[in-house]
Amino acid sequence: MEATITEPAHTLPVTTDYGYNSKIEGEIVVTRVDAALNWFLKNSLWPMPMGLACCAIELMAAGASRFDISRFGSEVMRFSPRQSDVMIVAGTVTYKMALAVRRIYEQMAEPKWVIAMGACASTGGMYRSYSVLQGVDQILPVDVYVAGCPPRPEALLDALIKLQKKVARQPILANLKRDSLPEKLGSLDFKL
Amino acid sequence: MPTALEFSRQLGENFAEFVSAPVEFRGEVSVTVSDPQRIAEVCRYAKVEGGFDYLTDLTGVDHYGEDPRWQIVYELYGLGHCCHLRISTRVSEAVSELPTVSGVWRAADWHEREVYDMLGVRFAGHPDLRRILMWEGYPYFPLRKDFPLGGKPSDVPDVAFTRRASLEGGPFVTPPGVRDAVSREPRVRTPDE
Repeated sequence: MEATITEPAHTLPVTTDYGYNSKIEGEIVVTRVDAALNWFLKNSLWPMPMGLACCAIELMAAGASRFDISRFGSEVMRFSPRQSDVMIVAGTVTYKMALAVRRIYEQMAEPKWVIAMGACASTGGMYRSYSVLQGVDQILPVDVYVAGCPPRPEALLDALIKLQKKVARQPILANLKRDSLPEKLGSLDFKL
Repeated sequence: MPTALEFSRQLGENFAEFVSAPVEFRGEVSVTVSDPQRIAEVCRYAKVEGGFDYLTDLTGVDHYGEDPRWQIVYELYGLGHCCHLRISTRVSEAVSELPTVSGVWRAADWHEREVYDMLGVRFAGHPDLRRILMWEGYPYFPLRKDFPLGGKPSDVPDVAFTRRASLEGGPFVTPPGVRDAVSREPRVRTPDE
């Protein structure tokens, strides 16, 4: 039915288009709670930009107009760990920085994910050295690794899409009942 | 206005008992000070009388296996006369201490902290001799030649830990004349190659 305004503006219309609409409410989507929650989550993954080196420049490029990470719902870079969902570790993690990275990760609210962006964050990269942590997966559970030195913004966007696919598959209701840290991290030999 | 060579001759005459004759190599003038405990006097003279008012750099060198082991190098520059001068001195490992020049040039403060952090050479009279790159409590001096490149394990609770980095496939030396980057810099190089 086409909406036509024929009455004067100061009188209320007798019938409106804003009431019950059988075209909308008559069609019901049946889904699982898991799938619905995951759909909400995966399309607004707010990043925690853990920029530590030159990869952070590419991360900024991914957030800027040419590459536009907001197409995938992740444009809200949160500099507070309390408000972010996915930590993007972009750069060289030195041992001096490692426990700060771990602490910020622990301050993030569940559910949370980690993208290791670039060679340094993934493996230590070219820094086989006394001062560099040889891969951030020694202290954090990494979901997606991005190759490159530094990776192009497209590679980061690809990682984000892969992470979205992973989020869509997760058993979120079961995860809500588990402990805050995965068991594999509980066995680390240093204290925090 | 004296050149660096003329001033370094004057420096040698003034401190004849422990300042060497200047050595010139490719336009760079170097003098060595044989008594490291008097380095601050020499530096103050170079600043006040020679006009070397800018400390470009202060570094340490580890001559591992020689005695004296440490060499501390002072790179000086005069903004008024635009001349460079290099002063160096050697300190034995048993002493590992020499006077600070942070009273001569304030810039020496952080440079001396870095030399202390990386080599473990102390500077007597320094106002704030703490580590500058590594953290307080780190037990090693990583730029010493007998310190392994991959590091040693350490742990300062709630501050930082270190582990030994794998150097499997090393040393990672780039050979000249190899065509492409993959064969020039492989991730792992097997010993029989």
